[in-house]
Amino acid sequence: MLNISKVETFYGNIQALRGVDVKVNEGEIVALIGSNGAGKSTLLMTISGVNKAATGEIFFDSKSIANLPPHDIVNLGISQVPEGRRIFSRLTVEDNLRLGASVNEKGKNFDQDSKDVYDLFPVLKDRLSQRGGTLSGGEQQMLAIGRAMMARPRVLLLDEPSLGIAPKLVNQIFASIKNINKEKKVTVFLVEQNAKKALELADRGYVLVNGKISLEGLGKDLLNNPDVQAAYLEGGK
Amino acid sequence: MGKDLIQKSLKDSLFTGIIALALFGPIVGLRTVAKNEVLVVEPKWFVVLLIVIFCAVGRFFINIYSYKKEKRRGEPSSFGKAISNFLDEKGAQIAIAAIAFSIIFPFMPFADRYWMDIAIMMMTYIMLGWGLNIVIGLAGLLDLGYVAFYAVGAYSYALFAIHFGWSFWICLPIAGLFAGMFGILLGFPVLRLRGDYLAIVTLAFGEMIRILLLNWYELTKGPDGLTGIPRPSFFGLPFKRYPDEGVETFHTFFGLEYDPMQRIVFLYYLILVLALITNAFTIKIRRLPVGRAWEALREDEIACKSLGVNPRNTKLTAFAIGAMFGGFAGSFFATRQAFISPESFTFIESAIIVAIVVLGGMGSQTGVVLSTIFLIGLIEVFRDFESYRMVAFGGAMVLIMIFRPRGILAKRKPTITMGKHG
Repeated sequence: MLNISKVETFYGNIQALRGVDVKVNEGEIVALIGSNGAGKSTLLMTISGVNKAATGEIFFDSKSIANLPPHDIVNLGISQVPEGRRIFSRLTVEDNLRLGASVNEKGKNFDQDSKDVYDLFPVLKDRLSQRGGTLSGGEQQMLAIGRAMMARPRVLLLDEPSLGIAPKLVNQIFASIKNINKEKKVTVFLVEQNAKKALELADRGYVLVNGKISLEGLGKDLLNNPDVQAAYLEGGK
Repeated sequence: MGKDLIQKSLKDSLFTGIIALALFGPIVGLRTVAKNEVLVVEPKWFVVLLIVIFCAVGRFFINIYSYKKEKRRGEPSSFGKAISNFLDEKGAQIAIAAIAFSIIFPFMPFADRYWMDIAIMMMTYIMLGWGLNIVIGLAGLLDLGYVAFYAVGAYSYALFAIHFGWSFWICLPIAGLFAGMFGILLGFPVLRLRGDYLAIVTLAFGEMIRILLLNWYELTKGPDGLTGIPRPSFFGLPFKRYPDEGVETFHTFFGLEYDPMQRIVFLYYLILVLALITNAFTIKIRRLPVGRAWEALREDEIACKSLGVNPRNTKLTAFAIGAMFGGFAGSFFATRQAFISPESFTFIESAIIVAIVVLGGMGSQTGVVLSTIFLIGLIEVFRDFESYRMVAFGGAMVLIMIFRPRGILAKRKPTITMGKHG
């Protein structure tokens, strides 16, 4: 469904991605793990079109999207939950959700879509008129995911959904991600530093090192891989 | 702690005094006068001394004030907060009262020509402030060249009215359209800029338009300005004492005595309606997708992109719509003055409008009204002391920034609220 091949992305003169190949099939949860600065977020931003790939190709359903602007990519069905949540903190929760729906022709399906989001995250319904900035970290993450779901994506890109969130809420959020994948039939591409959690959840996984994919495989195989354990799991600590 | 604070404050105010001396010493203290056709320097050290003492003492008290403010942080006791809470609770009633007052204002006994002129000027600035609030307050784009759109509106109205003889009501939308197009013209090159860089380019744009108007003599008559701009008519009925043969005027149609005030009152209502339209439009558009996208863009551009908001179109519409209202205000200005020249569209006008928006509390519609009344009122009060006007203006800005650093009404209301138990 999503096919990334030989993508290279630069920030000015600095090369962040050095020929990345990733494949995400329909209905899968795919995890991308790697250390700080490996280029994980850059890859997501390149898929979303916020950063442009200098070379390489990105196909979505065999349509090349590497040169499309971000809003067209969202329109095709790829939504991103950016790192650090990036809630509009001075706008209300409802405004945040409505902004997520801005690709759906003036949010005419808002009532139905928002109901789906409240089913996923009931807490948001009680907070509709609050400003986004007054939510707790976990609630903000739920809002960010809900906001991205408002665009009715077929692929959901998640950037570090566990970042800065209480462990109990992390479990809840990972459960919702699983739910989104199974119930709503949304393909998930997940970037995480919390490698154990991500690989447990994922069908398949990739390991990104210095802008290159160094390993790939089934989620549980990677979990048991000694190199991965040494570098990213408890074994390395 | 207290002793320490006083010591610190004294040190600080001494330092302030030295800076003031360095600044004002040469500027104020050394004055050149022509004596017997020879230029001599006449020192005015006493005035300098007064200024330096004023600055040092002022700095001392500001220090004490901000220390006290620091101490009672978290306690909602400040005067400004009380005002904004009051406005929050009674906002709707106050707005209705203010509009009602504006409507009956021309029939007040004290509303003579002078007061009407001031009221019209304030309304013009309120409308400009509301227009610029779309760009600065909602979309978060600092535009220092807003006067350019005011000028474009004024000149397009004047040129169409003079050369084609079109009426005010036809020219008004055309002027708005032209100004909006110039807004897009400015918008394109600055799409990638933000913050300070955006401010500099918009500033330059404002100057470019003024210099263009000054030098394109064939079209704009350059520094001579455009004269004989037609006055607006009351739905086709002109305000004239001696109309042309067979033309009905406002006073003959309604069977009134001719009174030049009729035209002034009409102008007043015209700008009132235009300003209220601007306000109603802004309030309405904040709840529409495009308005929400403006506010989201102000908050976080990357998040906007990841949600499929098109930042290019969003920014361009903000520039275009803000500029359009500037253009409306400009054509009103042209028809009121009946004479325009590039001198009316200098940078100081942009600065005043930006000051109105920023001092009012960015994004606050009521704040714009309050700061306009305050700033323009102050300029008027000091009109008799010509040379001190700008001192008072600058002083007022400094005071607001000390006591209300985020504007008179710093609190921004959420666009959607859900009743009491929300």
